Amino acid sequence: MRDDTGKDVPKFPLRLLKWFCKPAYHLDIEGDLLEIFEDRKNEHGLKTARRLLLLDVLLLFRLSLIKPIPQLNFLNHLTMYRHHFLISWRHLLKNKAYSLLNIGGLALGSTVALLIGLWILDETSFDRYHQNYERIAQVMQNQTFEGKIDTWYTQAKQLGPALDQDYKSYFDHISMSSFIFGNTLRRGENALIKKGIFMEEGAPEMLSLQMKSGNRDGLRDPYSVLLSASSAEAFFGQEDPVGQSLELNNKHELTIKGVFEDLPSNTTFSNVDFIGTWDLYIQGRPSWIHWGNSWFQTFVQIKENTDIDQVSAAIKNVKLDHVDEGMAKFKPELFLHPMSSWHLRSKFENGRSVGGRIEQVWLFGIIGAFVLFLACINFMNLSTAKSEQRAKEVGVRKALGSDRAHLIGQFFSETALIVGFALLTSLIFVQLLLPSFNLVTDKMILIPWESAYFWLGLAGFILLLVFLAGSYPALFLSSFQTTKVLKGVTIGSYRSALPRKVFIVIQFTVSVTLIIGTVIVMEQIRYSKNRPLGYNKQHLLHVPIKSDELAQRFDVFKDDLLRSGLIEDACRAESPVTSTFVTNSGFDWQGKDPGMADEFVTLGISFDFGKTVEWEIKEGRDFSMEHPSDSTGFVINEAAVAYLGFEDPIGQKIEWGENETYTIIGVVKNMLTQSPYALVRPMIFYVDREDIDQAILKLNPALSAQEAISGIEAAYKKHDPLNPFEFKFVDEAHARKFQGEERVAKLSGFFAILAILISCLGLLGMAAFITERRAKEISIRKVLGASVFNLWKLVSVEFFLLVLIACCIAVPIAYYFLSQWLQKFVYQVDLSAWIFVLVSLGALLITLLTVSFQAIKAALSNPSQTLKLE
Amino acid sequence: MLNIAILQIGKNMEKYRIGEFEEIVLLAVGILYENAYGVSIRQEIMDRLDRKVSVGALQSALRRLEKKGYLSSRKGEETSKRGGRPKLYFSLTAAGKNALEYSREVRNQMWDAIPQSALKLKPL
Repeated sequence: MRDDTGKDVPKFPLRLLKWFCKPAYHLDIEGDLLEIFEDRKNEHGLKTARRLLLLDVLLLFRLSLIKPIPQLNFLNHLTMYRHHFLISWRHLLKNKAYSLLNIGGLALGSTVALLIGLWILDETSFDRYHQNYERIAQVMQNQTFEGKIDTWYTQAKQLGPALDQDYKSYFDHISMSSFIFGNTLRRGENALIKKGIFMEEGAPEMLSLQMKSGNRDGLRDPYSVLLSASSAEAFFGQEDPVGQSLELNNKHELTIKGVFEDLPSNTTFSNVDFIGTWDLYIQGRPSWIHWGNSWFQTFVQIKENTDIDQVSAAIKNVKLDHVDEGMAKFKPELFLHPMSSWHLRSKFENGRSVGGRIEQVWLFGIIGAFVLFLACINFMNLSTAKSEQRAKEVGVRKALGSDRAHLIGQFFSETALIVGFALLTSLIFVQLLLPSFNLVTDKMILIPWESAYFWLGLAGFILLLVFLAGSYPALFLSSFQTTKVLKGVTIGSYRSALPRKVFIVIQFTVSVTLIIGTVIVMEQIRYSKNRPLGYNKQHLLHVPIKSDELAQRFDVFKDDLLRSGLIEDACRAESPVTSTFVTNSGFDWQGKDPGMADEFVTLGISFDFGKTVEWEIKEGRDFSMEHPSDSTGFVINEAAVAYLGFEDPIGQKIEWGENETYTIIGVVKNMLTQSPYALVRPMIFYVDREDIDQAILKLNPALSAQEAISGIEAAYKKHDPLNPFEFKFVDEAHARKFQGEERVAKLSGFFAILAILISCLGLLGMAAFITERRAKEISIRKVLGASVFNLWKLVSVEFFLLVLIACCIAVPIAYYFLSQWLQKFVYQVDLSAWIFVLVSLGALLITLLTVSFQAIKAALSNPSQTLKLE
Repeated sequence: MLNIAILQIGKNMEKYRIGEFEEIVLLAVGILYENAYGVSIRQEIMDRLDRKVSVGALQSALRRLEKKGYLSSRKGEETSKRGGRPKLYFSLTAAGKNALEYSREVRNQMWDAIPQSALKLKPL
């Protein structure tokens, strides 16, 4: 009989009808409704029929047709849940200290979990601001040097046109790009240093910039520029800058073609203040640069329905096809690095992606899960420890006809109440902690109160917590047998003693591991900070030289500063001493192995460099104005001596460039100018008179830094009135290299402290419980002559042993993971035994302190108080 | 004959009190005879009286009349149009017939009691 009738019928009205209608009437009324529905559908259409059906059902809600009210059984459940919560609430109030421990522990645990959750969310949503996020990529290259594959982010300027010519079908956009760097923008008297990037026409469209005024296609003319909203405001206030002009680096007049909304902090381009044109930028580079000069970046957006790997494979040999034999021997291979991996998976080893920040995400994710787990363990321990108090209640409930499922439900609702309070507290904690958390993590995280997903996630989190923390107590407490508990046999607490001990061991294992980890990370940082620098970073100031006038009159500027006593010395160099990333190859010397890549870090300097930075000459001598031939002299570091393979380096000749021969005049101790964790690379210093646009000043230590800087700024303005004065302290720049590791140390330290705090809260609760249970025993022992020390030992020794076991487990675990972690540093601290011993001793001490408070309180109590009750 | 009838009516005054809508429903059930079930009754009333009848109003009236004993019901066939639900057919009972007759009688008597002059009105 049944056919397709009813398939258009909305389910809800019929369900509603079934719910309220008297069962005896239900079927034929529903039949009538369906028949009328069909007629209406044919006559008026489906939509009207549906609407009228709902109306009909609502009008059927009449006293004569609805079910008698007592049959509506949801009201019963409501009463039951209300009852559950009432009983739970009374228990909370009855054991205030215990509830506080429970809620506090869970609140701390979920604070950590929420903070880490927000942080992970921020990390994983990096760059998602860009609409075509999934299809944007950077073109990278792998090259083989001495059997090892290096991965570069940089490309030659010729790559863009080459891709455009032969592989256009794969891409929506191809844009060559500069790096992001500071430029002077000027409007009248108002000159500011702004971070800019120079890209091709399609880039704003590719990055889906949100234009506040003007258009995304504004980069057509070479002399145009797009401003970020904040830099537009810095120059123009509230007026619309489109059509106005700014001067770039005191050279070019640029027309503003648009203003884009500031990019959010969790994007790669977040610090871009303006976007200039690639054409303008490349005009200013030397015209001779070729495929060998990978000085730039290339970004692409692949076409829809194409695969990144497929495009990578297609463009693999683009560079190889264009270079000569000399470069082909490095086997350049291009590939695409998708935007979704830029932030978290940007580390390459031997040509393969080996993670990057994602390791931190995992690390903190695991720490968060563990800390949350510790808090749940506390809850389980305290709940089961209190089981004796609940045993009678369970017995009575069972005797009155409650089945186990109901009891489980009751204990879960009790957990839900506590978790609810804990979560509320932790939301307050998170809100209070976020500013300092953001400071440490260098982020701008806010609690996304308005996001539906946040609330959904929070609801899920509550369910998870209730399940994690509540399952074991609910199953355990509901398993009591009526007859036994009502007779007064206390089986419960003995049966739960073993799991409780195991839980305490787990808690302290995790806490001790975390603390050892933190201490060792901090040790590694301290060790690397104390690594010999090979120069004196104190009172060194690094000032970029921005105008040709100042570069030409640098000696006058220096004399000015010397005469006014602001500095002790000054020099110039090609790059700052803390980041010497210029490398060169093409060197030749006697006895060179032809297979060598001969790549050296090179630094062009002025004669007075060594004196200013106070490098340490090991052999030979420093550059000197008195030896005119020093312009073809090299000073090399110890690493270079080893690499060159000279027994006696002084006086040796090296050929470089256009058949020029240089003589090694001196050897300096290794200078730490790159990563403080890596080996120092072979380095060559040579005297350069042209390309050295970084000044390094040695401040007069007698003056305060502020005095010196304001004096220098005044002198700088005299020689270069157009550009803003910029400076960096070398020691600060050096310290910044430890930021990443310091962040890890600070965060894991914070989490480790919370972990140990949570564990101690649990311990405190357990100690209180044990002393309460054994109060009579303790009193009798005391009456029989036990000393306070005996009694203290009686209670404490068990916990002491448990934590000792935990330490014994934690030490090898920590050793294993930290020696793995240290592998990535060439220059690594020793994993000395005292760290492990000290941390373990510390944990034991904290245990004793926590437990002793309760133990001594019990031992000192008056036996007559405890014993008089019987 | 008439006297007896009037006597009877007088005696059953309390028993046969039905509302206007109930009367219409009873009449419709009578008209449809063998084919009186929810949808057809509703349709009949809507067609003849040109007024809207909600399923709810009709159903509660039908159940009320059944409870009072003026209507009886029996399960009918299932049709696919009704999603496999059976029709519930209603038919008049003797009491129902009496109730209708009573109400008609009362009206007639009242009609007759109107003086001729009271009805001499200008047509609308």
